Amino acid sequence: MNGTIALPGESKAAAARIGKWRLGDPLFKWLTLAMALVVVALIVIIGFVLFHWSALARHKFGWGFLVSSEWNPVEDRYGALPFIYGTLVSSFLALVIAVPLSLATALFLTELAPRWLRQPLTVLIELLAAVPSVILGLWGIFVMVPWLRMHLFPALRSAFGFLPLFKGPLYGVCMLAGGIIVAIMILPIITSVSREILRSVPNLQREAAYALGATRWEAIRVAVLSHARKGLFGAVILGLGRALGETMAVTMVIGNRPEIALSLFAPGYTMASVIANEFAEATTDVYLHALFEIGLVLLGVTLIVNALARILMNAMAGANVTRRA
Amino acid sequence: MKSKRTLILALLGLALAALVVPAQAQMLINGAGATFPYPIYSKWFDEYAKVDPSVRFNYQSIGSGGGQKQILSQTVDFGASDGPMSDANLAKAPGRIFHIPTVAGAVVITYNLPGNPQLKLDGPTIADLFLGRITRWNDRRLARLNPGVRLPNMDVIVAHRSDGSGTTFIFTDYLSNISPAWKSEVGNGTSVQWPSGLGAKGNEGVAGQVKQLEGTVGYVELAYAHQNQLPFAEVKNLDGHFITPSIETVTAALATAHIPDDFRFSMVNPPGEKAYPIAGATWLLVYQKPMDPAKGKKLVEFLKWAMTEGQKMAPALDYAPLPDNLRQRVLQRIAGIQG
Amino acid sequence: MKAARYPWRKFKDRLMQLVMGGCAMLVIAPLGLVFFHLVKSGISAVNWQFFTHLPKPVGEAGGGMANAIIGSLVLLGEAALLGVPVGVLGGVYLSEYGSNRLNFWIRFSADILNGVPSIIWGIVVYALVVIPMKGFSALAGGLVLGLMMIPLIMRTTEEVLILVPNCYREAGTALGISQWRVVVQIVMRTALRGTVTGILLALARMAGETAPLLFTAFGNRFWTHDLTNPIAALPLQIFTYAISPYDDWHRQAWAGALVLLLMVTAVNVGVRVLTRDRMTEDP
Repeated sequence: MNGTIALPGESKAAAARIGKWRLGDPLFKWLTLAMALVVVALIVIIGFVLFHWSALARHKFGWGFLVSSEWNPVEDRYGALPFIYGTLVSSFLALVIAVPLSLATALFLTELAPRWLRQPLTVLIELLAAVPSVILGLWGIFVMVPWLRMHLFPALRSAFGFLPLFKGPLYGVCMLAGGIIVAIMILPIITSVSREILRSVPNLQREAAYALGATRWEAIRVAVLSHARKGLFGAVILGLGRALGETMAVTMVIGNRPEIALSLFAPGYTMASVIANEFAEATTDVYLHALFEIGLVLLGVTLIVNALARILMNAMAGANVTRRA
Repeated sequence: MKSKRTLILALLGLALAALVVPAQAQMLINGAGATFPYPIYSKWFDEYAKVDPSVRFNYQSIGSGGGQKQILSQTVDFGASDGPMSDANLAKAPGRIFHIPTVAGAVVITYNLPGNPQLKLDGPTIADLFLGRITRWNDRRLARLNPGVRLPNMDVIVAHRSDGSGTTFIFTDYLSNISPAWKSEVGNGTSVQWPSGLGAKGNEGVAGQVKQLEGTVGYVELAYAHQNQLPFAEVKNLDGHFITPSIETVTAALATAHIPDDFRFSMVNPPGEKAYPIAGATWLLVYQKPMDPAKGKKLVEFLKWAMTEGQKMAPALDYAPLPDNLRQRVLQRIAGIQG
Repeated sequence: MKAARYPWRKFKDRLMQLVMGGCAMLVIAPLGLVFFHLVKSGISAVNWQFFTHLPKPVGEAGGGMANAIIGSLVLLGEAALLGVPVGVLGGVYLSEYGSNRLNFWIRFSADILNGVPSIIWGIVVYALVVIPMKGFSALAGGLVLGLMMIPLIMRTTEEVLILVPNCYREAGTALGISQWRVVVQIVMRTALRGTVTGILLALARMAGETAPLLFTAFGNRFWTHDLTNPIAALPLQIFTYAISPYDDWHRQAWAGALVLLLMVTAVNVGVRVLTRDRMTEDP
C-alpha cells in the first residue's frame, strides 16, 4: 500500500494531505475515473455503431431520407418522415395530456396536500413509474383501447367532429391511443421531477406572498410558479425525452401504419416502434441500414432534447438548489 | 454490508440454480422465422423432445423476413419462411441454403359485416378492395358476385399486416398474379407499401382488428380465422369455381402446383377444379453444410421425422400435409445435408 | 395582480385546490386500473405450476413460465456483475474526485445516456455482439441490461455519497488513513444503504425491460445452462404471449405480468421501508 512513487490524488474532500506517498490512492482514483469515463465512451460507441450501420441508407437516400414518406420494402426505398411525424405527434399529445396533470399533482404534493397524504401519494406515483412498458402495453391493448373505441372516441367525435383532427373511422388503435399511453408513462417522471423543483423554491417566497395577503392559489401562482418556471420547463422537456423513445407500449396501441394523417383517430407509427417491429424482418441490407438510420435520427433527437432539459434544470439548480449537503 | 452481501449471494445462488436445474446436458438447436406455421412447429418440437430427449429445438416466431435474415447472418441454426428466398439473398449467403417445405396452408379473406353473410369473391375484386378502389360494401361489383346477399351501405376498411410476413407474401403473390394493376402499383413481398388501410402485427393482430371493427376486410391464415370464429369468403379459382378454403382444397392445389427441383415454388392460382387459389407452402431454411455438424446431424434426424410422423399432426391444426411424391423428393434432399 | 373581490378570490383558491387534488387522483388512477385488471385476468393462472413448469405448446392448457422467471434472474445477475462495479466506482469518482469541468461532462453524459431509448441499446448490442458471436445469447442480453444500468447506478451512487458529511472524510484523513481507504471504508460504508437502494431500484427497472432483449436474449422455450444460447425472460414471454391469438396464452401473459409487477413493486416498496428513516425526513 505504501509505495514510493505516486502522484498525489487530488481531492476536494481531503482537507489536509499527510506527507506520505501512497500507491493505492492514485490507483484507486484512476480506476474510478476509468469507470466514470465509460459513460462518455458509451455515447461515442452508440453514435458510431448507428452511424456505421446506416451507411448504405445514408449514401443511397442522402438527406432526402428525412423528408421522404415512402416506406417500400418491395422497391427497397425508404424515408423516415412518417415515423418522425408519428413520434413528434404522439409525444406532443402525451405532453398536452400529461403536463397539466403532472404539474397540478406536483403542486398538490408540495403545497396543498395534508402531510399524511404526501408520502403515500409520492410512493404511488413512483410505483406508476416502475410499471414496465410491456405491462402497460398489455393493459392498453386489452383494456384501454377497447374502452377508448367504445366510449371516449365516439364522444370526442360527436363533440368535435367538425375539426379535421377528430374525423374518420374509429379503429381504436391510433395516434391518440398512442399519445394517451405515452402520457401515462411520462406522468410520474414529470411529476416527481417537478416536485423536486418546487420543493427547492425557498419558503421565503411563499411567506412574502402570504404576508401580502395572497390566497394559497395566488401564492402558488405568483411566488412558486414564477420562481420555478425554468426548472419546470426542464422537467417537461425531460418528459418529452422519455416520450420520444417509448417503445413497447406505443407499438402495441398506435396502429403501426407509416402514413401522415391529420386525424388523431388514424393509425400512426413511431421511430422506436418501426425498429421494434421490423428490425428482425429486414431482409435486404438497405432495409436494415434504413432502420439503423432511423435509430440514428431518434438518438440525435433524444440527445438534443435531453441535453436541453439538463441545461434548463442545471440553470435552475445553479440559481438555488445545488446540493442538499 | 449485510444486505449487500445477501443480495449478491442471492443473485449468485439463483444464477447457479439456473445452471443446475437441467441436470443432463442437452443440445439446443435455435431457429427463428415465420409465424404462420408456429402452432404446428411448437407442437412438433414438443413431441420431438419425447422422441429424442437429448436435443431441444427453440423456435422464436419473429416473422418470415426475420427467418431469412437470421439464417443469412448465421445467428440461428435454421430459419423458417413462408416465402422462398430471392436469388439475390441466396447469393449473399455464406453457404448453400436448402429450402425444405414442411406443410401448406390457405390465406383466407375474412370480413366483419352485419349478420356476416357468406361472400363470394374473385381475384380482380379482391385486388380492388385492397387497392382502395372499392370503397363501399354495396359496390356494384360486389353485388354482382353475390346475388341475393344484402350488402350494407358501409365504408370498406382494409386491415393488413404491419410486420414482414409470409402470409403477406402469399397474398400479394396471388394479387400480383391475377391483377396487373396490383403488380405495377404494389408488387409482392413479405412487406409491401399498402395503398390503404390499417396495419396490425401478426396474423392475430389482423384477426383481432377484423373482429373488433364492422366493415373491415383482412387476410389471415385459415387457422386464425377458425380460432376467432371469423367468416371467410369463397374465392373463384382458375377453373371458374368458387372454392371454400379448407385442408382438402389446399391439398388439391398442392397436387396441381408445379414444384421445381429447389422447392422454391409458388402455388397461387393453380389449375384444378377443387384447388383453392390463395395458398402457399412454408419452408425451413437450412445450410447444406451446417456450421456445427453435430447440430446438423440432429437437425437432419428431426427433418426426417417431420416428413413422416410429423405430417400426421398437420390436419388437426388446419395445415395441409405434403403429398406423398413431394415428401419422397424432400426426404432425398434432406439426405444431402452434411450433418 | 388586479385587485379582485375577496369572495371571488377565495372561491378561485378553493376551486384550484380541488382541481389539483383531482389531478393527483387522476395521475394514480392508471396504476389502480392496471393492478385491478392484472389481478382480475391473471390471478387464475398464477399457481404452483406457473412457477415450476415450462411453457406448453399451442393448444394445450396449463404450463408455466419457470424458465422465463429464472432467465430474467440470470440476466439481471449478469447485468449486476457488469453494471454495479462500473456504476458504483464511476459514482465514487464523481463525488470524491475530479475537476468541476470534467465532472460536469461525465454527469451530463450519464444523464443523456439515461435518456437513450431502450430499443437503441438493443440494436447497438445486436450489431456489436450478436452478429460477431453468430448467435443470440444470454450474454448479449445481460450485457445490454448491464450497460443500461451503468448511468443509473452512477448517478444514484454519486447522490448518496455527496450526502456523507465532509467531516467524516476529514476525520479519516486526520487519522492518517490513506485516501482510498477513507473513501471505501468510511464514505462508501456510510452511504451503503443508499447505494444498495439505488442498485435495487435499477435492477427492478431492468427487470421490466423488453425492447433491448428482443434482438439479444431472444427468448427460449426451454431451460438453458449455456450463456451463449438464447435465454427466456419474463417481459419477452409476456410480449410474445400478449400478441398471440390463443386465450390460454393471454391468460399466461396476464399472469406473467402480474408476477413481474408484484416483483417490481415489492422491490420498490421494500427499499422504501428499509430506508425510511433516511429518505422520509423531508416532507
